[in-house]
Amino acid sequence: MTPILEARGLTAGYGPSPVLHSLDFAVPAGGVTTILGANGAGKTTTLRAVSGLIRATGEVRLAGERIDRLAAEDVARRGVAHVPDGRGTFVALSVEENLRLGAYTRRDPGGVARDMERVYGLFPVLAERRRQQAGTLSGGEQQMLAISRALMLRPSLLLLDEPSFGLAPLIVREIFRIMRTVNESEGVAILLVEQNASLALGLASRAYLLETGRVVVAGSAAELGANDAIRRSYLGY
Amino acid sequence: MEAFLHQVLSGLATGGIYAIVALALVMIYQATHLVNFAQGEMAMFSTYLAWTMIDAGVPYWPAFAATVALSFVLGIAIERIVIRPVEKAPVLAVVIVFIGLLVILNSVAGWIYTYTIKSFPSPFPTHRILGGYVSAHELGVMAVTMGVLVLLFVFFRFTPLGLAMRAAAQNPVSSRLVGIRVGWMLALGWGLAAAVGAVAGMMVAPIVFLDPNMMAGILLYGFAAALLGGIDNPAGAVFGGFVVGVLENLAGAYLVGTELKLTVALVLIVGVLVMRPSGLFGRVLVTRV
Ligand SMILES: Nc1ncnc2c1ncn2[C@@H]1O[C@H](COP(=O)(O)OP(=O)(O)OP(=O)(O)O)[C@@H](O)[C@H]1O
Ligand SMILES: [Mg+2]
Repeated sequence: MTPILEARGLTAGYGPSPVLHSLDFAVPAGGVTTILGANGAGKTTTLRAVSGLIRATGEVRLAGERIDRLAAEDVARRGVAHVPDGRGTFVALSVEENLRLGAYTRRDPGGVARDMERVYGLFPVLAERRRQQAGTLSGGEQQMLAISRALMLRPSLLLLDEPSFGLAPLIVREIFRIMRTVNESEGVAILLVEQNASLALGLASRAYLLETGRVVVAGSAAELGANDAIRRSYLGY
Repeated sequence: MEAFLHQVLSGLATGGIYAIVALALVMIYQATHLVNFAQGEMAMFSTYLAWTMIDAGVPYWPAFAATVALSFVLGIAIERIVIRPVEKAPVLAVVIVFIGLLVILNSVAGWIYTYTIKSFPSPFPTHRILGGYVSAHELGVMAVTMGVLVLLFVFFRFTPLGLAMRAAAQNPVSSRLVGIRVGWMLALGWGLAAAVGAVAGMMVAPIVFLDPNMMAGILLYGFAAALLGGIDNPAGAVFGGFVVGVLENLAGAYLVGTELKLTVALVLIVGVLVMRPSGLFGRVLVTRV
């Protein structure tokens, strides 16, 4: 079966010298893949290269079709929802307006309305705050909003950039539980970038370890979880 | 007392025009963080387009509508052709482009239409109404202003496109990630600003008469209004417009005389910048990213 996302020789950066050096990775259809790595390893850059926010060389295929030459807005229109680092909240707009923006490219008002209720069901706290300015939400609520905004696109692939960053363990567990639900019950594939390796390996089936812009270990999540180097550096046991 | 009331009312009428100009400035400021110095000349040019049509025998309101539509298209063209290439250039370079646009529009208008002052018709009768407190033109201007403000409010508040334009101005990266074509939203902003500016030009031309420099003072008042209300706050800018209009009229009548009225705008601009740079209702811009 064709993977939903496949990158080959992905090389990207911000200036003349690349940050990512010829990465190969894939997300199986309906699956969850995680890319682990320390600060500055290039995780965020990888997601930006996939979603078209920065130019890259190499091949990126979405369900078999090349997307590496597309602008970010066109990648989004193909069904890739990127939850960026820092969450990308439209802070001056209301919670509901943020969600409506997530569905900006959709032309099925009925479906959009249903999905709005669906994400309110997943994150009831957002329903309570639907008229509130998004910038006034707590960090955890903003992360929930960011994920909800992404789901409003009805994506086939979700790109998540460190959703656990800066949040209390309880909130993080809640968010991961919902990510699992979304993946399992709706078949949304996920490419998850994390520093929190134990959480990420718990959700993912495939995993990659990134060091200074290169994939140094690749395998199933179980394999990486058992890898001594990874246990020492990233899992702490 | 009657004279005072009259000054206030006619101040509100010109204030409406300043409010529209201020709103046009705010629209472009929100997207670019720059003041479009060419806004006034764009409006002036639009007004000449209207004059050409009316002079050729087109009835007022069809000419009005055609001018607004044409200005919208011209605004988009200006963004695509002139502003787009300097999108990533340093601030000063963009400001120079704005000023260049100002000079070019002014000279082209002078070249086509000459610098002789022309009269521009008002669609409203000139006689005074409501017991002489206000002229029908002033009342008409107020109505048109209100119409424009309400339309803009509804557009930005309740339509998906309006929402997308606000989003694109606020957070271009996130906007791209939800599929918004940010470049086009900017162009649309220029189109709207030009269209709205055209309305201001056509409303003020019967009062100040039509010549290539007619908008210089108006732009200054509009800028003062935008600053007073908070240059990133549309509602504040509208409020600022009415305040500046009334202040200007009262100062002209009771303080400095009509010749020195423009200093009111300058005093306001300097005053706001020194005492409260974010305006009455503006958010303080801590960083520019
Ligand atoms: N906008 C940028 N301009 C220039 N260089 C950048 C930019 N963003 C990141 N970099 C550089 O690219 C490299 C990889 O950064 P990246 O943000 O992808 O790492 P990361 O793995 O996401 O780190 P973190 O865990 O801290 O988020 C770093 O050396 C960083 O300095
Ligand atoms: Mg990062």
